[in-house]
Amino acid sequence: MLIPPPPARPEKPLPLELVKITKRFGSFVANNEISLSVPPGTFHALLGENGAGKSTLVKCIMGFHQASEGDILIGGHSRSIKSPYDAYQFGIGMVYQHFTLVPAMTVAENLVLSRPDIPRVIDWKMEMARLRKFMETAPFQVDLLTPASQLAAGEKQKVEILKQLYLDTKFLILDEPTSVLTPVEADEVLGLIRKKVESGLLSVLLITHKFREVFGFCDEITVLRRGQFAGRGLVRDMTADQMAEMMMGGPRESKTVSKSSSNRGKAALNLKDLWADKDSGVPAVEGVSLTVHEGEVVGIAGVSGNGQRELVEVLAGQRTSTSGEVNIHGQPYRATREEAFAHKVFLLPEEPLRNGCVPQMSVAENMALRSFDRAPMTRAKCFINRKAIRQNAVEMISRYSVKTRSPETPIGDLSGGNVQRAVLARELGSGSENILVAANPCFGLDFAAVASIHAKITEARNRGVAVLLVSEDLDELLALSDRLLVISHGKLVYETIPAEADIKTIGHHMAGH
Amino acid sequence: MTTLATTSQPSSATIPSEPGWQWRPALEAVLIPVGAVMAALVLFGLFCAAQGANPLSVFAAIKRAAFGSWYALQNTLVRAAPLMLTALCTALPARLGLVVIGNEGALVAGGLGAVAAGLAVPTAPPALAIAIMTLAGMACGGLWISIVGLMHYKRGVNETISSLLMNYIAIAILNHLVNGPMRDPSSLNKPSSYPIAEANLLPRLGESEVHYGLIFGVIACLLAWILMEHSTFGFKARMIGGNIRAARMAGLPVARLGLTTCFLAGSAAGLAGMVEVAAVHGRANESLAAGYGYAGILVAFVARHRGLPIILVATALGGILASGGILQRQFKLPDASILVFQGLVFLTVLYSDSLYGKFKFFKEPSV
Repeated sequence: MLIPPPPARPEKPLPLELVKITKRFGSFVANNEISLSVPPGTFHALLGENGAGKSTLVKCIMGFHQASEGDILIGGHSRSIKSPYDAYQFGIGMVYQHFTLVPAMTVAENLVLSRPDIPRVIDWKMEMARLRKFMETAPFQVDLLTPASQLAAGEKQKVEILKQLYLDTKFLILDEPTSVLTPVEADEVLGLIRKKVESGLLSVLLITHKFREVFGFCDEITVLRRGQFAGRGLVRDMTADQMAEMMMGGPRESKTVSKSSSNRGKAALNLKDLWADKDSGVPAVEGVSLTVHEGEVVGIAGVSGNGQRELVEVLAGQRTSTSGEVNIHGQPYRATREEAFAHKVFLLPEEPLRNGCVPQMSVAENMALRSFDRAPMTRAKCFINRKAIRQNAVEMISRYSVKTRSPETPIGDLSGGNVQRAVLARELGSGSENILVAANPCFGLDFAAVASIHAKITEARNRGVAVLLVSEDLDELLALSDRLLVISHGKLVYETIPAEADIKTIGHHMAGH
Repeated sequence: MTTLATTSQPSSATIPSEPGWQWRPALEAVLIPVGAVMAALVLFGLFCAAQGANPLSVFAAIKRAAFGSWYALQNTLVRAAPLMLTALCTALPARLGLVVIGNEGALVAGGLGAVAAGLAVPTAPPALAIAIMTLAGMACGGLWISIVGLMHYKRGVNETISSLLMNYIAIAILNHLVNGPMRDPSSLNKPSSYPIAEANLLPRLGESEVHYGLIFGVIACLLAWILMEHSTFGFKARMIGGNIRAARMAGLPVARLGLTTCFLAGSAAGLAGMVEVAAVHGRANESLAAGYGYAGILVAFVARHRGLPIILVATALGGILASGGILQRQFKLPDASILVFQGLVFLTVLYSDSLYGKFKFFKEPSV
């Protein structure tokens, strides 16, 4: 067979086709004969539940995995992609679910660093001039001199996408890129990418499970279910229910727990003029005062990076406030283990693996983080009862459908959605919470899991739990909250009731006007 | 109750009711350090060959000198005792994510404390005197490493650097004391403290040359094993070592647990110092800083900071230390050759740390 020489990096997008790609890990089949075709200049969505094999499939395109069987055709020629560098040579680039920026470096340094042809000595004057010129045509703006660690999640995501555009990627793979953005930001980002696609400069393969994005921006979809091909179609010919059916193998169950009418009790969680600093020592939370009552969900909306993370960290005991008070049922609360237990305070942190899990410890041990030092998990006051820990885990694993090889598997080996479920099981599994603080609890989850988490939060509220919900997803906040507060630059600037809320007004306040 | 079940098959059916013994990860934990030591042996063999000695006969001689006879074994165990104790000084904080290498300093501090206590109660009954010396040695060593912990948790000082530098301070204090306030005028060419009363020295085990320090060492390692692997304290420590953010979220008092661990770690090394003065030297002098502290760091790393393996590794390294003399006498290799070997082991073991998880063979098979 005549193998054509690898071409120079393409000037414009080439058609990309996957032919019967199969990927096995041992005896586990992650992808089974998946075929998919993305004509140049189109916006293609790859849909599927958690664990459907979407990430594995795109990792084969990116050269992280080699397909066990099947072909990848680029511009009609079968190509082997052995590494991300090969992918780069074919003009393929990807924005990952996890950020890949170097935290200590500035945006400019991160962008230059991403170039494979980085010179031995960097002429920063020239590079900066080039970057500034690039930024003039860029769809969104980020300050080039800010260190990546100081960027909020939304801004980081923008830099990740800018990085790909800077690398002149022609085939862009986006792995759930909008999970950290506000709906407005998401629409803006995807809209601008869509424009590039329409002008024929870019093809996009978008991994998502948000139908809104599919209908808003995509031309065609391919659906995976448990590693199998489950359907494809043109977006304009399809309805959301059809897509959902393909994804789940059955009609969509909308099992929402209805909110009981307000049964607001007495004040449970009270913040009084709370101040906290960022890591850099700059104030992030600037005098936040709020009260959450029993049986009430108070939502905090805001563009990421406006102090929400620091606020939640103070409540989680991961950051000390610089001044102000946190009171629970009238008593000062400093997030010690004893206090958290006494007041039954539970947390659904964002990035659960980073904030709420010990990656090297087992799933069972991680599920016991809240309760390992009490009977029955402790014997004779100071010894760990492994049997009880395991038993608890086995029950939680089946109740919350956590996919793991065994309770002894390190939790760091689990996929993101399953880590989230494990944390959910730990924090809500006992059903005894009085106060729940949730920060972006549905980040990166598929809609069935999202619906389930929403149901659990509503259920908790109906039971009389005081819930503080910090989220960057406005739809989520509007659906769940009894009261909605908007945070901007570390201050609460607006309060409304979702029933009366006007999204434009909220957006206005979120943007700091 | 749960709607999550709709998204995936419940996986409980695949979970056995009892934890299956996972031999693959266990084998990994044994084979990688053993492989590293083997690699160091090969490199040391090359070193010996370059010095004109036949590596195989060198290894045979080391084995003989370490474990070849009852006499050799006693010699080995005498050296293993302080190694077990000093190893804990690195191993315990390591589980919390702290790299403490102040073992030598804590040993010296403990030795000084024990001598001072022994000299303060010259007429006490032996059992009481030994108990007092033990407590004093542990307290001094414990406080010494607690300083490291305090600086780390209160001011963010890097614990590795500060504990290393504290070694030099401890040795300087030792030299000052045995040359000044504590000096026995009769110790002419090797300035030493006054000797501890003969009756109050740590007794030997039966007829052997091995002293009670070995018992201390073994018990301390067993206690450390139980503490770290089976107690709630150890669970907390491992949480902090694994992810400090998660530990904070779980409401753990990170600094308090860290300081407690530093104290325990230091007191183990301090006990080693007490053993050295009360069983070997009988007084404090520069021989106290003979390198057991530094060798203890190596033991801790080879044993992956776990109590039980420390007993084995310390015994093995004790044997190697015991064979230092024979290399010089029999093969004309410099006395420091044993240090070369120790250094090689350290490098290969540190390197091998990067190999965990790299071999598919050691992974649990997927379901």
